[in-house]
Amino acid sequence: MLEVTNLNASIDGNRILNGIDLSVGSGEVHAVMGPNGSGKSTFAHVLAGREGYEVTGSVALDGADLLEMEPEERAAAGLFLGFQYPVEIPGVNNMYFLRTALNSVRRARGEDEISAREFLAVAREAMALVEMKPDFLERSVNAGFSGGEKKRNEILQMAVMQPRLAVLDETDSGLDIDALRVVASGVEALRGPDRSMIVITHYQRLLEHIRPDVVHVLVDGRIVESGDHTLALHLEEHGYRDFGEQDGAGQRLSGV
Amino acid sequence: MSGMLREELEGLAEAGYEFGFSTELDTDIAPPGLTEDTVRLIAAKKNEPDWLLEWRLAAFEAWQQMDEPDWAKLDISPIDYQAISYWAAPTKKPQLDSLDEVDPDIRDMFDKLGIPLHEQKMLSNVAVDAIVDSVSVTTTFKETLAEAGVIFCSFSEAVRDYPDLVREHLGSVVPVRDNFFAALNSAVFSDGSFCYVPKGVRCPMELSTYFRINSENTGQFERTLIVAEDDSHVSYLEGCTAPQRDENQLHAAVVELVAKDRAEIKYSTVQNWYPGDENGVGGIYNFVTKRGRALEDAKISWTQVETGSAITWKYPSVILQGDRSVGEFYSVALSSKVQQADTGTKMVHIGSDTTSSIVSKGISAGRGQNTYRGLVKMLRSAENARNYTQCDSLLLGSDCGAHTVPYIEVKNPTAQVEHEASTSTVGEDQLYYSRQRGLSEEDAMAMIVNGFCREVFNELPMEFAVEAQRLLSVSLEGSVG
Repeated sequence: MLEVTNLNASIDGNRILNGIDLSVGSGEVHAVMGPNGSGKSTFAHVLAGREGYEVTGSVALDGADLLEMEPEERAAAGLFLGFQYPVEIPGVNNMYFLRTALNSVRRARGEDEISAREFLAVAREAMALVEMKPDFLERSVNAGFSGGEKKRNEILQMAVMQPRLAVLDETDSGLDIDALRVVASGVEALRGPDRSMIVITHYQRLLEHIRPDVVHVLVDGRIVESGDHTLALHLEEHGYRDFGEQDGAGQRLSGV
Repeated sequence: MSGMLREELEGLAEAGYEFGFSTELDTDIAPPGLTEDTVRLIAAKKNEPDWLLEWRLAAFEAWQQMDEPDWAKLDISPIDYQAISYWAAPTKKPQLDSLDEVDPDIRDMFDKLGIPLHEQKMLSNVAVDAIVDSVSVTTTFKETLAEAGVIFCSFSEAVRDYPDLVREHLGSVVPVRDNFFAALNSAVFSDGSFCYVPKGVRCPMELSTYFRINSENTGQFERTLIVAEDDSHVSYLEGCTAPQRDENQLHAAVVELVAKDRAEIKYSTVQNWYPGDENGVGGIYNFVTKRGRALEDAKISWTQVETGSAITWKYPSVILQGDRSVGEFYSVALSSKVQQADTGTKMVHIGSDTTSSIVSKGISAGRGQNTYRGLVKMLRSAENARNYTQCDSLLLGSDCGAHTVPYIEVKNPTAQVEHEASTSTVGEDQLYYSRQRGLSEEDAMAMIVNGFCREVFNELPMEFAVEAQRLLSVSLEGSVG
């Protein structure tokens, strides 16, 4: 489904991604782990098409060249990015935002727009998934939300958008135990044979709730090791020092 | 911001003027120039009573002795008042028994503006007093209003049919000597609207007036007077667009509101006059005096959405004369290209326990300059008066400007005055986040800007809020991507 080949990215002349190769099959969940500054978030934003990077290599989603597309075209192609720091948009109703987004994507795909009534049903289902109160949809997008609410809102959006590929960038950061459980169970519920996920995380604890099919270790902008979920447990024990990480040597990875 | 994004942002507000068309009408225009004879000509053309002519002449005399104001932050080329024609009227002024008798050209023009009168009459609950070049050509819904005892007519008709009401209130809020442009208006105003709501009456519908300037090189001087008797309520909508043209047009309107005990007047404006071309050539000068007087427990609320004009100078104000009276001002002002907007409000607290709220949203794009200029004045008599002011500015691009000039004068120690101000840019992050969810850059920008204005749009009547959002989106459309 997703084929990343020799992906390089730099910003203002600083090389951040150094030849990433990654293949994600349909229905698979891949975890990308790595120390701070290893390029995890850059990888997510390069996939989503954020401006400001010089990018070479190729990224194909279901055979389509993502790097040639605008961010909104990538969204229409089925890419969803769960933001590490969801953005506040004051005065824009959460439900309106989400329905506009869904209909923009549907229009781009040549599908009919969803009616307000149908949308409400979809949104209610998604809200139950992340245990959100009804007034959540009436508030402005992320404005005044707690950290946990923002992350739950990302998962809510993912549930409504039903992406082909979801990239979750440190969705677990800043969450307490309860919020982590809600977010993780939401993600778990959205797993399916037609949906792939890339879960980017610094810590192993999210992976206690979401068992990945493959774990990759990202250091200095390249994938230095891949394995099954036991690789995450190894990292928990030993940190990233086995993989040439200098600064974070000896760093404990559990807990916050 | 990345360079590419900045360029796109700067291009956003540069869309062409959507309503730039001109309808050909036979127009009766006075030769340019302003003398006492011009004032007499206008009064004669309109068959006005002597008392009004005297009033006009007094205003003209006052105006001659006044100097044109000089504002900071405004760059105005000199106005030649002798080059302006002060009278224009459609020569085909039909006697109207029904809408079918309206000049087809005018009907067509309203259709272009999205104001199909025939449909409005059937479908909506809005009475429309359509004004073309200063003279009312059609008025609807009179019967329904008449049943409620509400008078809603052109100013000329009011002078003819209700002279005592007009004479009692005209100039009672904005005296002829108030300022240069108010004096000019008082001398030469051609027509306008008059509304009278009797005691205890809640006006059964929103009253709406669409203005349209349609003659080349003709200043337009509207006069609006709204009187709400004790315990009455009225909501008044004013909206306008104008055809594209090459020469600057002066517009100096005066609006007076009188809200008597426990009365409420809600006055909403959507203004989309021609802002001029990319260099500001041909745009309208909009120098307006709007003021209301609120008596005991009365409430006056101004809401305005300003997207047009080359220069806007406008401070809808409330004199909070009666105890416990309330004044509100909600404003969205967009200035793009080389537009200059200097707008705000004056809240003058005289009575005790009076309260005022000011919410001002300024949006600057292109080389536009947006200034909030507001006065909150608490007189010695204003025991326990309160004011809350919030001024937010949004910048799109790097060549525009936003300025906030609040004046606060407090003479009573029990008064409370709060002022909050913020300046922000439309974030690259907001655009990126929205686009990642599938919105086009243009849609995302319109959505973010509309969100910024939400608090003000919420104050508009529903149909106007929709129109205002559309207007803002159209104004922001442009060379994205």
